[in-house]
Amino acid sequence: MQFSEAWLRTFVNPRQDTEQLAHALTMAGLEVEAVTPMAPAFSGVVVGQILAVEKHPDADRLRLCRVAVGESEPLEVVCGAPNAAVGLKVPCARVGAKLPGITIEQARVRGVESFGMLCSAKELGLAEESDGLMQLPADAPVGTDIRAYLELDDRLITLKLTPNRADCLSMTGIAREVAAITGTTAYLPTPAPVMQDAFDTFPVMVEASQACPLYCGRVIKGINPNVETPLWMLSRLERSGLRSISAPVDVTNFVMLEMGQPLHAFDLAKLKGGLRVRLARTGETLNLLNGQRAELRPDMLIIADQSGPIALAGIMGGESTAVEEHCNEVFLESAFFRPEAIAGRARVLGLSTDSSHRFERGVDYAATRSALERATTLMLAICGGKPGPMSELSGGLPIRLPIRLRLERAQRMLGIDLTQGDAEAMLIRLGCQTRREGGDLLVTPPSFRFDLGIEADLVEELARLTGYDFIPAAQPLGRLALLPAVESRNDEEKLKLHFVGRDYQEVITYSFVDPAWEQALDPHSAPLALANPIASQMSAMRTSLWGGLLEVLNYNLNRQQSRVRVFELGRVYRQAQDGVKQAQMLGGLAYGDAAAEQWGRVGRPVDFFDMKSDLESLPGGPLSFAPASHPALHPGQCAQVFKAGRSIGWLGTLHPRLVQQFDLAAAPVVFELEFEPIAALDLPRHGRIARFPAVRRDLAFVVAESMRVADMLAAMWNVADPIVKDLAVFDVYQGKGLREDQKSLAFRVVMQDTERTLTDAEVEAAAAKITQAVMEKFSASLRA
Amino acid sequence: MQNPNQIVADALGAINGCPDLQALEQVKARFLGKSGTLTELLKGLGKLEPDVRKTAGARINEAKQAVEGALKARREVLQQAELERKLVAETFDIGLPGRGLGRGGLHPVTRTLSRIEALFRSIGFAVADGPEIETDFYNFTALNIPENHPARAMHDTFYLQDGSLLRTHTSPVQVHFMQNHPPPFRIIAPGRVYRCDSDVTHTPMFHQVEGLWVDENVSFADLKGVLVDFMRCFFEVGDLAVRFRPSFFPFTEPSAEMDIGCVMCGGAGCRVCSHTGWLEVLGCGMVHPNVFQHVDIDSERYLGFAFGLGVERLAMLRYGVDDLRLFFENDLRFLAQFR
Repeated sequence: MQFSEAWLRTFVNPRQDTEQLAHALTMAGLEVEAVTPMAPAFSGVVVGQILAVEKHPDADRLRLCRVAVGESEPLEVVCGAPNAAVGLKVPCARVGAKLPGITIEQARVRGVESFGMLCSAKELGLAEESDGLMQLPADAPVGTDIRAYLELDDRLITLKLTPNRADCLSMTGIAREVAAITGTTAYLPTPAPVMQDAFDTFPVMVEASQACPLYCGRVIKGINPNVETPLWMLSRLERSGLRSISAPVDVTNFVMLEMGQPLHAFDLAKLKGGLRVRLARTGETLNLLNGQRAELRPDMLIIADQSGPIALAGIMGGESTAVEEHCNEVFLESAFFRPEAIAGRARVLGLSTDSSHRFERGVDYAATRSALERATTLMLAICGGKPGPMSELSGGLPIRLPIRLRLERAQRMLGIDLTQGDAEAMLIRLGCQTRREGGDLLVTPPSFRFDLGIEADLVEELARLTGYDFIPAAQPLGRLALLPAVESRNDEEKLKLHFVGRDYQEVITYSFVDPAWEQALDPHSAPLALANPIASQMSAMRTSLWGGLLEVLNYNLNRQQSRVRVFELGRVYRQAQDGVKQAQMLGGLAYGDAAAEQWGRVGRPVDFFDMKSDLESLPGGPLSFAPASHPALHPGQCAQVFKAGRSIGWLGTLHPRLVQQFDLAAAPVVFELEFEPIAALDLPRHGRIARFPAVRRDLAFVVAESMRVADMLAAMWNVADPIVKDLAVFDVYQGKGLREDQKSLAFRVVMQDTERTLTDAEVEAAAAKITQAVMEKFSASLRA
Repeated sequence: MQNPNQIVADALGAINGCPDLQALEQVKARFLGKSGTLTELLKGLGKLEPDVRKTAGARINEAKQAVEGALKARREVLQQAELERKLVAETFDIGLPGRGLGRGGLHPVTRTLSRIEALFRSIGFAVADGPEIETDFYNFTALNIPENHPARAMHDTFYLQDGSLLRTHTSPVQVHFMQNHPPPFRIIAPGRVYRCDSDVTHTPMFHQVEGLWVDENVSFADLKGVLVDFMRCFFEVGDLAVRFRPSFFPFTEPSAEMDIGCVMCGGAGCRVCSHTGWLEVLGCGMVHPNVFQHVDIDSERYLGFAFGLGVERLAMLRYGVDDLRLFFENDLRFLAQFR
């Protein structure tokens, strides 16, 4: 909501200057977004009238103007503007005038003395661009200071209004509010009824009286729609951000700005039969004033005549009955449409109009009639015409019931002391009616305050008028209770720091991704689609974190990073049978050298086993890894990850097909694990520390290359005596001395007893069992 | 008998002339070894007359001690010299960088969230969580935003095909929590939120922290106290200017917008604060009775306050980040600054 400060001050003129007024409005909840001076500083410019124009003797493009400026002698002014013409009234900067950037001096222009300058709007800083001299109305008084004449010592105030303050969408409303918060008296327009000058009426029927409890109208015949809108009205419209359309339409817009009541003028001659205020029927359409063809829905309130819909009630008029240049009789509508009947309808049609904006928030139904009187008065004064009587259909207007305000409740809620008298005085300033009942107040809010419905709303008003700054900031008293600290769970940060400590950078990527990635990473993922995405490459809800991580990889590779190690903790979204699953996942990607390039180490690319170690070292119990296949991963370098027997995610090298598709020089290694299972943690449990020496035996086997270590270890544990405490592979060898389809695996077997020193015989027996089992099951031979 | 004094003089000369420990051991053998000069002298004692033997023995022992003392001293000198040689030889350029894996870092949003959580935890706020794909009921209706309410238009909601939506704020977590927990409680709910808006100052996804305190006597003054404390602690500016302005949110009444004095210019006016000296940092208010009604909490008995703050906004102000979009571009050079 933008308005002219000067206009506001015609209704209420508090002693506060502009800055103080803006501050007071902001602190009362009507946030002032901007205060813009109407014109930059300049002086010495008056209304001039060009009396004569002659050619400059020495310059083709210059002319000599004789300009009346309200003194006995006209001024001689050299002017280059093509539109300088006799009779024209223009701004004339006199000698000594200070314009933005220049001071006007008496000067010789190509040999001719010039006593001032005729100005364009741009030269006065009133427009970005202008074409020739600024033309003033014919009735502009010659010699008057232009700042006074055009009210340029004005400021535009822009309010960022919250949706609850519909009452401040008019000058009347803002004036009322300013009066209340500054303690000043407001002088608001109280239009007198217009003397009826004709008997013409037009039949109206309100079918949807629930949605439209009050419908007033008046016929005005014999208007001239082509008169010029007076300057004072034009400037107020413009300063409120509205452009002039035609005098009759300008009048309706002006009254809307002044009083908050949107009005509509129909061309009476184009109306067929009587008007009906009703709900639209399915299939009906309406060509709107903006040229749009609206498909109407049965919850849309319309004005119809015999031809069908002619206006979207409270939103926009129709093209067929618009007031245009040949219109000389109008039907002027001023109605109250309930917010619920209008709200959301404009949006469905992609519209937002000044009218719908007001009606959906609430228009003062006590001002419907006076707004029509005001509009009629202005119409007659500007466009002429003979008014008929005001017609009125009403029934079922909102009834304001008193709200009980308990002082004790208000105090408890705000944490301040408040007397009944103070509270009452504040509410009265806001236009409420109050009645005391014991310590309580029965408060009836004014018709224009749609936002005051319950006690809490009144409490807010008390806080607002008290000033939020005057409510103390208290350190609250609360019950002291320890927060639970679950030890059998890794918190998010702890798991994140695990990866940070292993040289991964945390990233946060969008939850919606390119559906093409989803398709590429997993053709069966069937991601949820956004109905209204911002862009098609952000239209699928991710089912995996990998798409986003690959994008981060790509983004950074394009910025000269050759080593990228990133992880993310975030949700993925999958349609399950019982609804949408939104599980937290922890995913990571590593690309480039295993360690940053450094001295004393031979560089090598990061691989599956580097990342496997990053996962194996997670706090919270062992993970196991089983060969499996995943569409995004290399079939021979892919593991399904298990914890406590449950599949919780994947680890692997990106599938070569995707490496190519994403145009990568090498394959990144990726993982993704469900957060909840990896967060689970067993409490540490103390077992006895052995005091007797451990014995180690190393066993090296030659087996076929296809044999898997995990299987061999499982078989070894299967036959291991209780004294075997640790079994692990510590060397893998292929090459010289072995056939090509063979490999050698060296295992460490650690044996120990907590109660005694082991005997050689026990140790040898245990090792032998293991050896035998491996040799039998895996066709292994012991390596020499 | 050889003169022990002469032997000592010879020995001392030899000992002090030893260049290394090995030579010293040879010298030791020459004088004190099995057939060393002094050992031979001692062996010869038995052939002497008893009266002479005693004095001669004493002289020889003195000589022996002198030699041993010289040996020990020389050994220490040589050992010290050897150690020093070794140390010099083993000295390396400690200016070379350390080896191994580096360290990654947390995202600045995470870092900011941790800070916010830590501050609120310190006065007993628990952390709550809720879904990101929400129903209309939780995101709007239960928060007193009925269908067609103008406030809905301000939310720029992303919808899924089935009519569910991406939460536009973390406030739905309030509703989930209150449905399952009787008052009193105080919680914060951090998380991702989504708005269908993308330009220089908006990203379609960002983070909020919702806060809620419900108890029998929680007032607007308490709300002010907690949030003023929070902002001052968060920015570590004890006298940070703050102000509260009336505002409107359907789920709170009274509602307020909180501004802090611009932390970039100290309130003098700059680009960040649009030359107002103030920065809007959060919205808050007393829980609207209709919200309590939706979750069956007795609004006569209980009062509550709620607030919602933008995490990226605080991160930008705290760390001087001038472009919101940087948070989601994930440029490693940007992220590495927050380690």
